Amino acid sequence: MMEGFKLLVNTLAHPTIMLTAGMLVFLFFFPPNDWFEKWNRRLHLNFLWTKKGFYFVIILMVVFFLIGLTDPNFSLIIKKPDNVPIIGLIFFVFIFLWISMSQALKNDKLIDAGEKPEEYNDPEDKVLVWPDLVYIEFIALILCMSLLLIWSIGLDAPLEGPANPADSPNPSKAPWYFLGLQEMLVYFDPWLAGVVFPSLILFGLMSIPFLDTNPKGGGYYSYKQRRLAIPIFLFGWMILWVALIVIGTFLRGPNWNFFGPFEFWDLHKLVPLTNINLSEIIYIKWFSVGLPENILVREIFGFLIVFGYFLLLPPLLAKTAFKKLHQNLGNFKFGLFIFLLLFMLSLPIKMYLRWLFNLKYLIAIPEFFFNI
Amino acid sequence: MIMNEEGKKEQTVSGNELGQDSTPTKPTLKEKVGKKEASASIGKGTFEEEISRRSFFSWLTIAWITFSIATGAFFTMILRFMFPNVLFEPPQSFKVGYPKDYTVGQVDVRWKRKHGIWMVRNPEYIYALSTICTHLGCTPNWLLNEQKFKCPCHGSGFRKSGINFEGPAPRPLERFKILLADDGRILVDKTKIFQYEKGQWNDPESYLVV
Ligand code: FES
Repeated sequence: MMEGFKLLVNTLAHPTIMLTAGMLVFLFFFPPNDWFEKWNRRLHLNFLWTKKGFYFVIILMVVFFLIGLTDPNFSLIIKKPDNVPIIGLIFFVFIFLWISMSQALKNDKLIDAGEKPEEYNDPEDKVLVWPDLVYIEFIALILCMSLLLIWSIGLDAPLEGPANPADSPNPSKAPWYFLGLQEMLVYFDPWLAGVVFPSLILFGLMSIPFLDTNPKGGGYYSYKQRRLAIPIFLFGWMILWVALIVIGTFLRGPNWNFFGPFEFWDLHKLVPLTNINLSEIIYIKWFSVGLPENILVREIFGFLIVFGYFLLLPPLLAKTAFKKLHQNLGNFKFGLFIFLLLFMLSLPIKMYLRWLFNLKYLIAIPEFFFNI
Repeated sequence: MIMNEEGKKEQTVSGNELGQDSTPTKPTLKEKVGKKEASASIGKGTFEEEISRRSFFSWLTIAWITFSIATGAFFTMILRFMFPNVLFEPPQSFKVGYPKDYTVGQVDVRWKRKHGIWMVRNPEYIYALSTICTHLGCTPNWLLNEQKFKCPCHGSGFRKSGINFEGPAPRPLERFKILLADDGRILVDKTKIFQYEKGQWNDPESYLVV
């Protein structure tokens, strides 16, 4: 029974399956349009945001980690002092998500009934900084301090031997908060994954107030009134950031291969991963001619795809899926929005291309350090 | 809640305020604060008595000059930091034994730690591969069973020749200049690198025919 369960988890944990399932499920839990919302209601998915749903998920997660503790391989991972914060993170992400979603759904019901959101009925709508806020901050401070104190006494810092550039630990993992970036580096050239993407994440977060012109939902939680903003943000946060950290922590093993959580970290696990560039696929595999000498001719297909993605898709989407949004935002804001969105989506797209077709780079010009 | 002057709590029906459709009858927080400010005194006039306009400017000049000197010194020190007195760097060119020390088909990992190279001998020649991953510079490991170099950081894989074939590394490992010294030993010179993608591996300096 247990073995079967572990095998199942190991199989499901393969990133292709996990990410696909995750993204599909995500759309039903956070429906961006009427169709998904209909199914959300039919399947009673909002059960998750009730008190019962809360206990259900928490118990499920606790049980999973308890089972994990009994497994020799998984317990090595979860007991590692490096990884403790990530287990905390999994729980906290859910708890905070639950708080805001359950509040939002309550308000949605009130708004549907023609009433004002709950936040309007709060008698303690305004609090003074001194003493109310400062007291709360002070208590939070003391709690955090004592938690850190206990933590640092209980768990030794995971220090390693003196640094030596000649030998990198296997696997070499970044600090947990950078694991998402490290995962990104597997699929993109360093200048993209290490420079362009992080800056665009910051830039995108900063531009939210500028792009989000929806006046509703200010000062109170609501899902229905922000059906576009919430799923897009949560997609970036839950799937592209938190999930990548979880993948990096639990599923990446020696030689940076994928391992199921209950799988033994075999140094010699053989994974055939021969990657090829798009130019090689087209010229060598399909046309059976050699790679052209001229760089531009060689990479023309990659350029076409990238330009098509960033230049043709936006007007197309403006006419179809995002028609209303385009009208509301105007050309410039919409252009910015769609550019950021497409950039965000390019990450999972590139991941899939790698997993499914072993595609390395769409445009590969190592001569000039330019690979996409 | 809002505290009034006597320190009692007073309840406001905030729903109205947020609803924008009613005017609050009680004084708002802002008005109260405004009143207090008006009655407070900030010892007006004391400045003029102690510091005159002229001496203020000379003090300001002194302050700025001191500040600039301190900042300048700080940055000079930082710049100085970039050029250490002693550099514990292994020599860039070194001898790695005789050609007969290397067996055909074998990757020699002896010099990895000390000099950062792998020596590889194939039937025709010997070459020196850099141990720096071309992705982000970790040090890959030589996996004997799989016959490949595998990087532990993001999983790049390189063949024995140094050609990249899996993972994100954009280009093959670099090779170093290699030649036979007068005493019959092999000399590797790390200051000269040969990159495959630039067609430099055909350069006779990049390998040693044995
Ligand atoms: S540094 Fe070697 S794969 Fe990234």
